[in-house]
Amino acid sequence: MGLELFNTFILLLLVVAAIVALRVKDLLTASVVFGVYSFLMCLLWAEMGAVDVAFTEATVGAGISTVVMIATIFNLKRKSSD
Amino acid sequence: MKKISLIPVLLVGALLVYAAQDFPEWGSPNSPASQSPVSSHFIANTGVDTEVPNMVTAVLADYRGFDTMFETVVVFIAGMAVLAILKNSSKKKAGSKEFEVDVEPDLIVTNTVRLLIPVIQIFAFYVLAHGHVSPGGGFQGGVVMGASFILIALSWDLDTALARFPADRCTLVAGLGIVLYAGIGLLSMFLGGEFLDYAELAQIFPVSREMARYHAMLGVEIGVGLTVTAIMFSLYANLSTEGRLKGGL
Amino acid sequence: MFEEGAIINELFIERLNYLIYVVLLLIGLHAMISKNNLMKKLIGMSIFQTAIILFYVSVGVKEGASIPIYLPEHDPHGSHVSLGAGNETEEASHGPVVLEAGLIKKYANPLPHVLMLTAIVVGVATLGLALALCQRIYQGYGTIEEDEILAKIEREEMRAHPSVAVKSMESSKTATSKVKKPATKSKESSTLSAKRAKSNPKTKAKTAPSTSQLKSSRSKSASSQPKTSASKSSSAMAKPATSKPKTKAKTTARPKSASTAKKTAPSKAKPRTPKK
Repeated sequence: MGLELFNTFILLLLVVAAIVALRVKDLLTASVVFGVYSFLMCLLWAEMGAVDVAFTEATVGAGISTVVMIATIFNLKRKSSD
Repeated sequence: MKKISLIPVLLVGALLVYAAQDFPEWGSPNSPASQSPVSSHFIANTGVDTEVPNMVTAVLADYRGFDTMFETVVVFIAGMAVLAILKNSSKKKAGSKEFEVDVEPDLIVTNTVRLLIPVIQIFAFYVLAHGHVSPGGGFQGGVVMGASFILIALSWDLDTALARFPADRCTLVAGLGIVLYAGIGLLSMFLGGEFLDYAELAQIFPVSREMARYHAMLGVEIGVGLTVTAIMFSLYANLSTEGRLKGGL
Repeated sequence: MFEEGAIINELFIERLNYLIYVVLLLIGLHAMISKNNLMKKLIGMSIFQTAIILFYVSVGVKEGASIPIYLPEHDPHGSHVSLGAGNETEEASHGPVVLEAGLIKKYANPLPHVLMLTAIVVGVATLGLALALCQRIYQGYGTIEEDEILAKIEREEMRAHPSVAVKSMESSKTATSKVKKPATKSKESSTLSAKRAKSNPKTKAKTAPSTSQLKSSRSKSASSQPKTSASKSSSAMAKPATSKPKTKAKTTARPKSASTAKKTAPSKAKPRTPKK
């Protein structure tokens, strides 16, 4: 039961992080929040027993893709209209 | 526009929620996926066939080796496509940017990173080589290795990182990884097996057939790691400078 | 079959996980459809992708199972590990054995993990590709907002290639909210009338045509008229209506290769042109 509660809690946090990442007007904030989303996802997968997937998500999703997104925003406009 | 887009979204949502009623209970060991003979075979026989304790690595590099090889090729092609798209694309000079980074590398940051980089790189090798018995493998090790070069580029500047891992060598190393992967597959084919049938390598190496698969998997993972390292770094180098490979973040 | 309460109970208590996966997927899908900023669309795409990966991984979960790495007693090299572990040594020392059915349930399903592991890495590679395309679009149009890009494309095509522009106006009227209609229209109509006056004199479009008239006469004359060059862009097209003979000379003098280039790669040739 405890694990299930933990699971549900992280899932709800995931939904919040996804909505925040999509609603903020600042793209830099959006990519950092997307990194948070990836780390939450990684936590969830580690809890599900998918350790390899969790490891990959931690390095790739939260690490590289956030860095690459920020590198792109460096060359683009930082503000978003929605 | 906003309102109209809600219609397909809600339709898909209703469909998925309707379908969710038929899903097996969460975590049930009797769900169809867990009852499948394929995954049961993998769980039961990995130790006997390959002597690799980590089933994920064994399935990734051995049972489904053909799949993984072309996933690596997809990563390679994506990296080459980024090169092709951004190469010579920006005509304007570097000064026309919204903001510019021309500060000196920070003393504290660079010295901390100087201590960190070797640890990160050794950890990358550990992840790659220890992927047989713990979580890890070629993809993760390669990404960690690529991240160490990105860290150099972030804390000093891109030129420092490119001096250690030049852009043309990135392409070369990425290709080399795939050649290594396919080469191991072809070698086992020439020895009488099928493509990527590593057990045949026991004919030329003094190991049992199971251990041949074990060691060939390591070679394959190294190939994946090389490709992923090079592509991740070249992705960053190209995206942060719009393909100019100068200045940048 | 079952009453209201049972469905609610089943969906919200027992299948809550699946419900949240669906919500995540819908958030991503909605962002992909309705967001205006291309970066936001990409973040939405990644969320969509992770929701699917999450579903796949949760398929492999077994209640009370271990991670898909052999425990020491089933480890093929267990004899090295469990030397001090007592009674397990003799069991493990005679080499690896095939696990029986009861023990299979003790390990999570490795197959979805493998599939999703590679999907994540390929996902970041394709994300990088999409970001590169974003940068290229930004170099060409100076913006990554979808409606602004579409408006710029409209204006470009109006100036460069009126027949295509008119057609695309009809089709994509809903997609673009703020096209600068009056300005472009007047320019376009003047160039059009100039051209038509030269190429096929029998059309009576010289008298400042309205848009509907333009369309109808356009379709008639489209076949006979030589294709206007597309890559003759910003400099020539910025002030097309100033002198009629000049524009006409440009249209006719252009080699045919330019028009074919326009046909094959309209989006490739575009991004370099309009830069203010």
